[in-house]
Parts: sequence; structure tokens; C-alpha cells
Amino acid sequence: MRLIAEGLVTDDTPPCLIGGRERDSGRVVFPCPPGERYEPVALSRTGTLWSWTIQRYRPKSPPYAGPEAFRPWAVGYVELPDQVIVEARLADVAFEDIHIGMALELTMIPLDPEAADPVMIPAFRPAGAAA
Amino acid sequence: MSGDVCIVGIGIHPFGRTDGLSGLDQGVYAVRQALADAGIDWPQIQFAYGSSDAAGNPDTMVERLGLTGVQFINVRNGCAAGGSALFSAQMAIKSGEFEIGLAVGFDKHPRGAFNAMPAEYNLPDWYGEAGYMITTQFFAAKIMRYMHLHGISQTTLARVANKAFRNAVHAPHAWRREPVDMETILEAPLVSDPYTKYMFCSPAEGGVALILASEKKARELGKPLIRLKAATMRTRPPKSFEVFAPSIDIGGGTATATQIASADAFRMAGIGPEDIALAQLQDTECGAEIMHMAENGFCRDGEQEAWLAEGRTEIGGRLPVNTDGGCLACGEPIGASGLRQVYENVVQLRGDGGGRQVPGNPKTAYSHVYGAPGVSAVTILER
Repeated sequence: MRLIAEGLVTDDTPPCLIGGRERDSGRVVFPCPPGERYEPVALSRTGTLWSWTIQRYRPKSPPYAGPEAFRPWAVGYVELPDQVIVEARLADVAFEDIHIGMALELTMIPLDPEAADPVMIPAFRPAGAAA
Repeated sequence: MSGDVCIVGIGIHPFGRTDGLSGLDQGVYAVRQALADAGIDWPQIQFAYGSSDAAGNPDTMVERLGLTGVQFINVRNGCAAGGSALFSAQMAIKSGEFEIGLAVGFDKHPRGAFNAMPAEYNLPDWYGEAGYMITTQFFAAKIMRYMHLHGISQTTLARVANKAFRNAVHAPHAWRREPVDMETILEAPLVSDPYTKYMFCSPAEGGVALILASEKKARELGKPLIRLKAATMRTRPPKSFEVFAPSIDIGGGTATATQIASADAFRMAGIGPEDIALAQLQDTECGAEIMHMAENGFCRDGEQEAWLAEGRTEIGGRLPVNTDGGCLACGEPIGASGLRQVYENVVQLRGDGGGRQVPGNPKTAYSHVYGAPGVSAVTILER
């Protein structure tokens, strides 16, 4: 599996997002910033939807690296209990079924679903939706 | 210095798209208009602060206005650039160093959404590759949360846009001056849910110039005294929710730079939100106006639903908001946008608003800008 960047998720099966815990304050952020100020910490695989929207038009390239043929996608902020709220795609859910507070779990999805060897990005899907 | 800093001259180049005229040209146009309004000539200007985000260095306009050797300082401060120029100008007079000077802002942006790159914001490349470097996306997620927490409907968002275009009909400097009905706004294509295309402002062009003077100098010029009672610029506190945020603190989204800038401005002016007769609030999208009504202390979170339904922010309402159509109808040339709000407030306090004039002889006016990454500037004017 090709990931969009190094250091975003753990090698576990299934993987966890890697956050950074500020050594002085204990504050958790995502992704883990480089340097000594933060130590990597595995983030919860489950959380609840904090907010969301639908990206209805194709973002400009660069920086966007998604496919030329654009289909709207959902993006959300997911609250991971006692850690941090992270931004990620929402997957395996119809737009009309998305609602704040819904239970979600981490998954990995292709940036371009049509690609033969796609780049994978973190996403959240309804908890217990599929194996 | 004794007395207040006063605004003695105003000028504006119409906002929107002006092919063949650079951003600087539009700034120079505004300065000449402001000089004429104040009844002075360029050599009398003792200092200038100029703001532009994407249209070149403002100080180069001395070549067009006259090589008088004037002190001219350029300001770049995101969406607060114009407010920062104005703040700096009033400090120069308050300090006693100068008696009369200029705050000018202009800009000219390419069409379409602002195109941000991750490295400019100290973010990893993957964040942009995944499609998250989008201001409209952030604004949509931000209002979605606010609507959920405080019971704001999409209809209320549409009322904000509907009011903006109606007010702009009477503002010669506005860009989009045709009324748009509620149904058209609500049924237009979604850009990012819950916002349709009429609910976002667009990057644009324009220029604004304000001439500031000590009270003594203003009296000499014989101008009506429009007093700058407060000008503040503040940055974000912990737990704010800003554009291009891969993560937010738990409990975030509650504290903002606006709250700080606003509270400090009211403290300086010695008055409260209930004393304000009209306000220009940053409305880069409909929800911004909604959230900023509360963040600036004019109502509590959630009360906007009733305020908009009852027309309290209309020209004839209890607190008219964005009387020239705001960013929604004027577009957003970053360097000029905050100064446009103050321009409009001076017009209103002078009673020169024509078809958009706030009735009842208003004596106080408020302006507020907000931008990335969590900056805000507020002014309070009194006549």
C-alpha cells in the first residue's frame, strides 16, 4: 500500500493515525510535527463526527493531487476522545446520512479510486460499517 | 496629543473587476479622491501606511502622487492588512509625531478561489495533495458546526446574502448590485455544504484611502469631526478554529481573535455593543456575518436566527449590518477590504448614504475584519 506521506499512520493492522504530544503541555496535535518538542503518539481509531462539509468543486492543482475527473467528496473533523479533533475524508457513507455526532472509525481510501496503484489517504467511515 | 484622531478625507475606487487598471492605479485613484474630499494636496500628507496583499508595494505610488520624501510604510497582515494600516496611522498621530497622514489599501487578485500552497502555511505537502488547502471548505465546516450547536438554519444564511445584494443596489462602489431573491440563493449550486455560490464572496479588486488628522488639524480643515474612538488589531487565543487546520484542540472553535479585538475596542471607546448604531462585519461568507454578530458582542450565539427573520440587521433595523453589501456584494481585495468598511462608516456618519443611508442620524459606527490565520481588526467611529 502506497501512503500519501510517511509518518501519518502506524504499521499496525489495522493502522492508527500518528499524532504528536507536546512534551511540555501534553497537548495533542495531528500530524506529528518534526523536532523534539513533540513525541509521536498513536491516536484512537474511533471517534465521533465534530463537523463536516462536501467539497463540490475540484481543488486547484497544484497542490491537489487527486484525479482530473472530479466527483464531490466529504471531509470531516473527527473528535478522538481525550486526544484531538482531526481532519480527514469521510468514506462509505451517503452525503445525506452524514450527521454531527455519528460514530466513526479509521480506514484508508485511495485518493484516486480508478488508479491501478493508488495513493492511500486516511479517512473515517461509520463505525462497524464493514470489515 | 489632545483630542481624538479624526477621519477628514475618504476616497474609493469601485470594487469588482476593472480591466486595464492595476491595483496600484486603483489605490492612487482613491488617494486623489480622499485628498480632494479633505481639501488638501499631496504635499500636506506627512506620512502614509499602505496595504496590499497581491498587487505590489504601496509605497511605489509616491512616483504617481509626488516625490515629496514622505514617510511611507507598507503593511502586509492577511485580511487584517487594511485594519493594521489604519491602526498604525492613528498611532502615528496619537504619538504626537504627526498631525495628518494617510492609510491606503488596494488589491487585485486573480479570478477564482484563493490558491494556497501548504509550505506557505508551514503545513506538509500531503495536506494540499489531499485537497484540504481550500478556504471555502474550512468556512463550510466551521459554520456547519456553529449551525449544529446554535440552531442556525440555511434560510438564515440565505437572508444574509439577500440583504447584502439589496443594500449594494444603493452603493456605487459595490460590485454585485443586482438583488437576488431567496429562492435563487438557496437553490443555486452548492460550493461546499451548506453554502451555495451566492453565499461566498469572491476575490476582487479595489482601492480605498482614508486621511487621518489630529482633532486640532481637523478643526483647521473645517471638516465634520468623525472621531476614531478605537482601533484594535489582535491575534488568536488558544482553542480557536482557523483555516487550514489538520487538527483542532478538543473543545476548540470557541475562542477567537475577534472576541479579543472587539472587547478591547469597546473598552477603549468606553461604550458597549448596545451603543452602536450600525456595523460592518467581515462577511466573506454568509456564516461569517452570523458568527461575527455574536463574537463582536451584538447578540448571543443562536439569537441570529430571530434577528435575521425579524430584519433587525436591515438598513432600517435596530443594528444595520453591512450597509454597502459587505464583502458578499463588494468582493474581497484583501488590502482594501477593511478600509472599505471604515469608508462606508464615514459615509453613513456624514449622512451621505443616499438610498442606503441608515435613518435616525447615526452617531456611532463599528467595523470588523477577520482573516487567516486568526487575525482580527476592529474600529469604532463616533460623530
